[in-house]
Amino acid sequence: MKKIEAVIQPFKLDDVREALKGIGHDRLTIYDVRGHGRQKGHKEVYRGQEYEVDLLPKVKLESYASDDRVDEIVNAIVESARTGKIGDGKVFVSDIASAIRIRSGETDDDAI
Amino acid sequence: MKRIITFAVMLIAVLGLPVSAAAQDGIDTGDNAWILTSSALVLMMTGPGLALFYGGLVRQRNVLGTMMQSFAMMAMMTLLWAIYGYSLSFAEGNTFVGGFGHVFLNGVGMEPNGSIPHLTFMVFQLMFAIITPALISGAFAERMKFSAMLLFMALWGTVVYFPMVHMVWGGGFMSGDGMIPCLDFAGGSVVHMSSGVAALVIALYLGKRKGYPNEAMRPHNLSLAFIGACLLWVGWFGFNAGSALAADGLAAVAFVNTHFAAAAAVTGWLVVEWIRDGKPSVLGGITGAVAGLVAITPAAGFVGPMDSIIIGFAGGAICYFAVAVVKAKFGYDDSLDAFGVHGVGGTVGALLTGVFARMAIGGADGLVEGNAGQFVNNALGSALTWVFSGVATFVILKIVDAIIGVRVSAGDESIGLDISQHGEEAYN
Repeated sequence: MKKIEAVIQPFKLDDVREALKGIGHDRLTIYDVRGHGRQKGHKEVYRGQEYEVDLLPKVKLESYASDDRVDEIVNAIVESARTGKIGDGKVFVSDIASAIRIRSGETDDDAI
Repeated sequence: MKRIITFAVMLIAVLGLPVSAAAQDGIDTGDNAWILTSSALVLMMTGPGLALFYGGLVRQRNVLGTMMQSFAMMAMMTLLWAIYGYSLSFAEGNTFVGGFGHVFLNGVGMEPNGSIPHLTFMVFQLMFAIITPALISGAFAERMKFSAMLLFMALWGTVVYFPMVHMVWGGGFMSGDGMIPCLDFAGGSVVHMSSGVAALVIALYLGKRKGYPNEAMRPHNLSLAFIGACLLWVGWFGFNAGSALAADGLAAVAFVNTHFAAAAAVTGWLVVEWIRDGKPSVLGGITGAVAGLVAITPAAGFVGPMDSIIIGFAGGAICYFAVAVVKAKFGYDDSLDAFGVHGVGGTVGALLTGVFARMAIGGADGLVEGNAGQFVNNALGSALTWVFSGVATFVILKIVDAIIGVRVSAGDESIGLDISQHGEEAYN
């Protein structure tokens, strides 16, 4: 059982959701976040005063899957979120110890 | 039967109307309608116009506090005006300030003052007394105590604004038959220069906001500022064309001049900004519009439409330099550029009024018509306004600082005015 986290460009969110639906995995949580990796910020000018904006808006998505589905899901995210330019983001996969569905009490792979 | 009686009563009422109007001898209903409409337009400039313009430019935690500074003027200045402000501005007095003849609006009723009821004139002028102090709030945005702001504004209105009105419009020494007759159609010196200079003094006195200029203090909502600026543009027709105090040809000239100058100033600001900063911004466009509207204010009823285009363009371009270059060079934190736009724009307008005034329009010639004396008078009037407003503002600040302290605590500044001064948040 794995947690898949991805930081992506906000404008690629629709493509990523589409791709996840396409492989039958349309369960995820979305956060609006700000940050940057190797991508530099951009310049904004207000009444002649320049500001360097280096914390850029990104979308972070989080999803959970059984071990056998992880590769397929990660692949779908990477393919659909890619523009080929710096700033496309990253995907992280980590182990999850346990999961419980609140409504039914099902656990682990049955719960996610 | 009942219906017939009702009809008869209505008929009498309708026929009776012209009779009762005629009883108010000397009042022109067209003029009265226009000035009452203008009064409403000028009030709209403060709320919501200026409140949205300034409110959009501050950070999210200060939007309500900033809007409240304008809104509070709509309440407080109205009451001061009713009790003694109108009197100090327009009652018979000495050359600097009016007397007490009209306190509590004594002697201000439905009788004509010119071609409009005295009450109409009073309420039209009141709207100027509301927006003028509200303009200053752009300089001390995000860091002044609400209580100190109220006391400061009450004193500033009393000591600076009411006397300024009297000196220029109320028969004082800068009026038409005074010692230094200045041309100020709708408030280049009375409104914009006086508030703009006060803004500079208060920005210097208060010091910079915490983190300025290293921390990015970007406008939290430029769409609000955009709506506010457009409301200001529309409201300005009441401000300038209403200042003709009649619905006549002069009002039409002022209306057209106002519009042309705003359009030229948007162009002026954007051209300079596009060349220097690489992009024409929305904030630049709307700020340019306000700068042009400020610059044409003293000239609106004295110059021709083509002159107004030159004045507007100059206002836009020069205010850009005041805001983007001069402010950065000297490093004062005139947060929302109340000085850069109103102080500088008002001065540009006052000087150019002395240049472009034409006898055929407003009854006085300026430099281009060979009357250098008028330019000198307007320059002298501007200098006096700078000194008077600057010194008085500083003294008032000292007093308010001694009594309640002008600046919020560092902690309150970090939390923001919305929570620290008013106990609420704009967005939940």
